Amino acid sequence: MGSFREIFDQYKYEEIQERILSVSASDVKLSLNKSKRSVWDFLNLISPAALPFLEEMAHKSRATTLRRFGNNMQLFAPLYLSNECQNICTYCGFSLDVDIPRKTLNPKEILAEVEVLKKHGFDHILLVTGEANKTVGVKYFEKAIRLLSDHFAHISLEVQPLDTEEYQQLIEAGLNTVLVYQETYHKENYKLHHPKGKKSNFYYRLDTPDRLGKAGIHKMGLGALIGLEDWRVDSFFTAMHLEYLERTYWRTKYSLSFPRLRPNAGGQEPKLAMSDRELVQLICAYRLFNEDVELSLSTRESELFRDHAFKLGITSMSAGSKTNPGGYAQGEASLEQFEISDERSVGEICEILTQNQYVPLWKDWDTALQTKKLFNTSQAEN
Amino acid sequence: MKDILQIGGYQFQSRLFTGTGKFASYQLMSDALLASGTELVTVALRRVDRKQSSEDLMSFLDTEKYALLPNTSGVRTAEEAVFASELAAEALGTKLLKLEIHPDPKYLMPDPIETLKAAEVLVKKGFTVLPYIHADPVLCKRLEEVGVAAVMPLGSPIGSNNGLKTRDFIEIIIDQSKVPVIVDAGLGKPSHAAEAMELGADAVLVNTAIAVAQNPVDIAIAFKKAVEAGRAAYLHGNMSTSMIAQASSPLTSFLDA
Repeated sequence: MGSFREIFDQYKYEEIQERILSVSASDVKLSLNKSKRSVWDFLNLISPAALPFLEEMAHKSRATTLRRFGNNMQLFAPLYLSNECQNICTYCGFSLDVDIPRKTLNPKEILAEVEVLKKHGFDHILLVTGEANKTVGVKYFEKAIRLLSDHFAHISLEVQPLDTEEYQQLIEAGLNTVLVYQETYHKENYKLHHPKGKKSNFYYRLDTPDRLGKAGIHKMGLGALIGLEDWRVDSFFTAMHLEYLERTYWRTKYSLSFPRLRPNAGGQEPKLAMSDRELVQLICAYRLFNEDVELSLSTRESELFRDHAFKLGITSMSAGSKTNPGGYAQGEASLEQFEISDERSVGEICEILTQNQYVPLWKDWDTALQTKKLFNTSQAEN
Repeated sequence: MKDILQIGGYQFQSRLFTGTGKFASYQLMSDALLASGTELVTVALRRVDRKQSSEDLMSFLDTEKYALLPNTSGVRTAEEAVFASELAAEALGTKLLKLEIHPDPKYLMPDPIETLKAAEVLVKKGFTVLPYIHADPVLCKRLEEVGVAAVMPLGSPIGSNNGLKTRDFIEIIIDQSKVPVIVDAGLGKPSHAAEAMELGADAVLVNTAIAVAQNPVDIAIAFKKAVEAGRAAYLHGNMSTSMIAQASSPLTSFLDA
C-alpha cells in the first residue's frame, strides 16, 4: 500500500504559496457558493482574498457545524506525563537544549493527577510527553494506558511517532486516539526547526498517519504548528493530508488542531504571525472544506478569542490545562511546555458554554470498550 | 489538456459506456454504438456464441473502436462468477470484466457478499474488475481494498429507467472513492446521465434506455451530449446556489475590538 508521500512529493511549497496569493475575490465567491468543496476551494478560502468574506464564512461554518455536531462541545484535558526529551526543537520548552529540571511521572504520581482531573469531571484525557525513547518509550506508554483505562472513557496520546506494530500494541492496551502534528510541511525548513534527534527525519513524521491508519487507530489528529512557516501553505497540505487519509483509512475518525506558536522557553518567535482574524478564517475554511472533521481549540488561545471562536466550527476544547508533568496535583506552574493563555477553571469554561446554549460533553467512548470488559462479565463469573 | 478516464491499464475519452443487449437488431445496435461515441461496450458472456457462427453478435462489434467489457450476468455465486470470467477472458481475449452476480432473477439485485468474494479472487488472477453493486459506500471501500479497478453502483433498479434514486449514496461514494465511479443501471433519460456526471461520476453505463428507444441512434446522440454536458459542468461549472440570507447578529465583530 502507498503513503501520502507519493501525493505530497508532486507539489512544491513555493508553488502553492504563489497560487494562494493569486486567488481573486471571484474565486472565493465561487468556492463559497459550492455545496461540496475540494482542497482547491479550501485554498481559495484561506487566501488573503477571502478575508472580506469572513462574516459569511463564519455563518456558514457555524450552521454546518451545528447541523452535524449539534450544540455539543467535547471537553478534554492534557495530562503531561514527562518533559524528558532528546530532540532539539527551536520552539519548544521541552527541547533538549533548554536547561530545566526533567521529570517523568511514576504510577503513583499519575494517579494523583487522575484524582484531580476526575474531580473536575473529565472522562477524556490526552497524554503528552517529549521524546525520550529509553525512559519514556512504548513500554512506559503501555503501562500508563493500562493504568488509566479504568479511569477514563477516552484516552488520547500525543507523543513521538511510533511504528505500526507499536501503535497496535497501544491500541490493544486501550488507546483510542493519537495526535501527531507535522509541525510544518516545508521539507527543507523542517530540518532547521528540528536540527537534532529522531524528530529531524521529515518523512518518518510525514508517514506517521499512514502507520496509524494501518494500525487501525480509532481516531487521529493532524495539524501544523502555526508560525513556524507560512501557515496558509502548511494548512493547505494539512487539508490535503486529511483528504488522502479519509479516503484511504476510511474507518478512522479525524480531528484537526491549529496551535499558534506561544511564548516558550525555546525562545523562537513566529516567522509569519497569524492574526486572530486569520485564525477564525482558518477554522471556518476547515469546516467548509470538511463537514465531519473534529476541530479542536486549546487553552493556548485567549479568553476573548475562545469565548467567541468556539461557536464558529469548533467541536472540542481543552479546559483548565496544565502543561507540566505533575501540574494538576501540585498546582504550581513550572517546567511548562508553553505558556497557557486561557487560565480559567473547568467550571468557568462550562459556564460560558452553558450560557451560549452548548452542552459540555465529557464522554465520547466507554470504559467498558476501553478495557474490553463487557458489562455482564461479572454476572457471567457469578 | 485532454480529459482522459483511466481504468486499470485502459484509457477512455468517452465517458459513456454502453451495452449490447436488448436492441431490435445487431445492425441497429452497431449504428447506435457508433452514434454514441462510446469506447467501451459490455458483452454478456451468455450471449456470446463461442463457436463463432456468422450471425454472431461479435461480428457486429468493431473491436478496433470499442474495448469489450464482458459481464458475468447470469451467474449466482462467486464460484460461478470466477468460472464465467475465465471463459469470458478466453472467448473475448480481454481481462477487463464487469462482475455482476445476481441470485435474484426477478429484480436482478447484485449480491454484495458474493461480489466481494469473487472480486478478491479475480483481482488475484489478474483481472481488471469492475463490480456492479448497490450504491453502498462501505461496500465500495471494501471492494477498493481488494483491488478492483472501478466501482459500478446502480442508480436505480436495472432496466427501470428511474434515474438517480440512489443520489445521496452515489454522492458519498464519489466523495470517498479512490477508484473511478461508474453509475450503472436505471439511467433512463439523458438528464439522468447528465445529473450523475454533474455530481462527479467518472462515467455512466447506459443500455436499456438506448437499446429500446424508438430511435436508438438519436437517443444515443442525446446521451452522448448529456454525458459531455454533465462532465463539463462538473469540471468547470459554478454550482452556485442562491445566496443564503445573512443572519443579523454578526459573528466576527469581536475581532474588531
